Amino acid sequence: MTTTIISERTSIAAQRIEIADVSAYYGSFTALSGVSMTIEPRAVTAFIGPSGCGKSTMLRAINRMHETIPGARVEGSITLGGESVLDRRVDPVAVRSRVGMVFQRPNPFPTMSIRDNVLVGVRLQGRRLSRSDADDLVEMSLRAANLWEPVKAILSKPGGSLSGGQQQRLCIARAIAVKPDVLLMDEPCSALDPISTAAIEELIANLRRDYTVVIVTHNMGQAQRVSDATAFFTVDGAGQPGRLVEYRDTTTMFSRPVDPRTADYLAGRFG
Amino acid sequence: MTIAFSDMTASPTRTLGSSGRRVSRFFETGSRGVAVAAGGVVILALGGVTVFLTVQGWPAWTAASGLPQNASSLWALAGPLAFGSVWASAIALVLTAPISVGVALFLSEYAPRRVARVLGSVVDVLAAVPSVVFGLWGLMVLAPMLAGPYAWLSAKMGWFPLFSGQSSATGRTILTAAIVLSIMMTPIMASVCREAFTQTPQALREAAIALGSTPWEVIRLAVLPYGRSAMISGCMLALGRALGETMAVAMVLSATPGLVSLQVLTSSNPNTTAAFIAQNFPEAHGMQVSALIALGLVLFAITFVVNAVARRVARPRKEA
Repeated sequence: MTTTIISERTSIAAQRIEIADVSAYYGSFTALSGVSMTIEPRAVTAFIGPSGCGKSTMLRAINRMHETIPGARVEGSITLGGESVLDRRVDPVAVRSRVGMVFQRPNPFPTMSIRDNVLVGVRLQGRRLSRSDADDLVEMSLRAANLWEPVKAILSKPGGSLSGGQQQRLCIARAIAVKPDVLLMDEPCSALDPISTAAIEELIANLRRDYTVVIVTHNMGQAQRVSDATAFFTVDGAGQPGRLVEYRDTTTMFSRPVDPRTADYLAGRFG
Repeated sequence: MTIAFSDMTASPTRTLGSSGRRVSRFFETGSRGVAVAAGGVVILALGGVTVFLTVQGWPAWTAASGLPQNASSLWALAGPLAFGSVWASAIALVLTAPISVGVALFLSEYAPRRVARVLGSVVDVLAAVPSVVFGLWGLMVLAPMLAGPYAWLSAKMGWFPLFSGQSSATGRTILTAAIVLSIMMTPIMASVCREAFTQTPQALREAAIALGSTPWEVIRLAVLPYGRSAMISGCMLALGRALGETMAVAMVLSATPGLVSLQVLTSSNPNTTAAFIAQNFPEAHGMQVSALIALGLVLFAITFVVNAVARRVARPRKEA
């Protein structure tokens, strides 16, 4: 049994994430090298950069999802509200119950009902809910995900029956139902049409009030619209490690980038 | 046939009906023909078997004498045997299903890759062992080994209807037959399940993991629901094998003619249809042959129903 340093909590406590000298490896390949940054609570932080720059790897290290990939390992230090995430003695299951994640492709449990999809995280944590508490939590989470109105009459239908955009909002509802300290989003709109994308972006703007949100996106317009701070990652070439180039508030980043590589990338002159 | 290669590449004046397409059209109609023929053969074979069983067995359905075991009618003969087939298969399935799913989960989720590969091929080899070998083993090794435990079970748990009655001294009971059957069924079902489990979409696994699932919870949330229809069709494949299994049952089981009994430990056991046909066919003549063929039709009907039910159940739940 692994001991848990990450402690129990009952309400949302958006936490600051401190990343110090983090490097990531897939086998002998260095995917990411020497990243240090502080991600502020109750704000949206966007990770942008070309494919292969390590931004998704960085994101997945925050809830130790990289451990699901054989041969992947991360060095350095990541702390969440002062508590170490990467520490071997910390149970990754405990980390993930405090750091929610939304993926590129909507992945609700397809045969599970919409209601159960929302409640699954809470049930995994072994919390017992009365029927009415569960109802309240389902409604609250779906409302927060802007999905309550379209699904309130079909809560017992399977999650797989919704449209792609609705499925993604269901995944967000599922992630926030456990009141995570941090919400990680890995290109949450890249599989969605523009209308669904707009709905998710609006939702992210609302989530900022309560959560620490980190979003990976290929869409620079999106980074500009939804984020408070932006981190630009890049990679010098194939086989090279990805690096954090520039990290500052989004407005400054997009209007007066300091590093020439950032300026080139934002201007579409990358390559 | 000439392949007008130049037509396909160089000629700027190629028309819609140009000869370059003729070759592929030949293969189009050809492959279609082969596919249709193959489908037709399956239907014909099935139809042929049905017709054979119906026509050749026809006299037995109305016969009142000359039947095997001096049965008063075919129904009196077929009923207990159909029960025996279903009962033995059902017990075998109850034993097989959890073990197979367990083996499949171990191979797909828990075992290190190399162990899984070796063990996976061992399981496949087990599926290829001829049933007569299982029959021999069941008769010579398993049955004597089980006689002791059966005596204990009947003494300690005789109050439970299935375990009531005087336990068999030889161990050649329907439970032993079912255990042998389940050993034969397990590799089939396990490999069907493993195949499905390993194909669980990574996205579903990640969904479960990211919510803070332990490995077992990942299985419960992602792997098992995804593999649900495979588990059911695996059950049915295994059940199909058990219902039709002849040799192993005929060798292991010590059967009492015409018996219908739920007791699984006693020395009097219902026979199964397939074993009965095999045991009686060599010495059958006239009406008896018809009766055995008619029993074949009954068995055919049972497997058909099992399959039809399985298809209904296995069909993925309708979405929307």
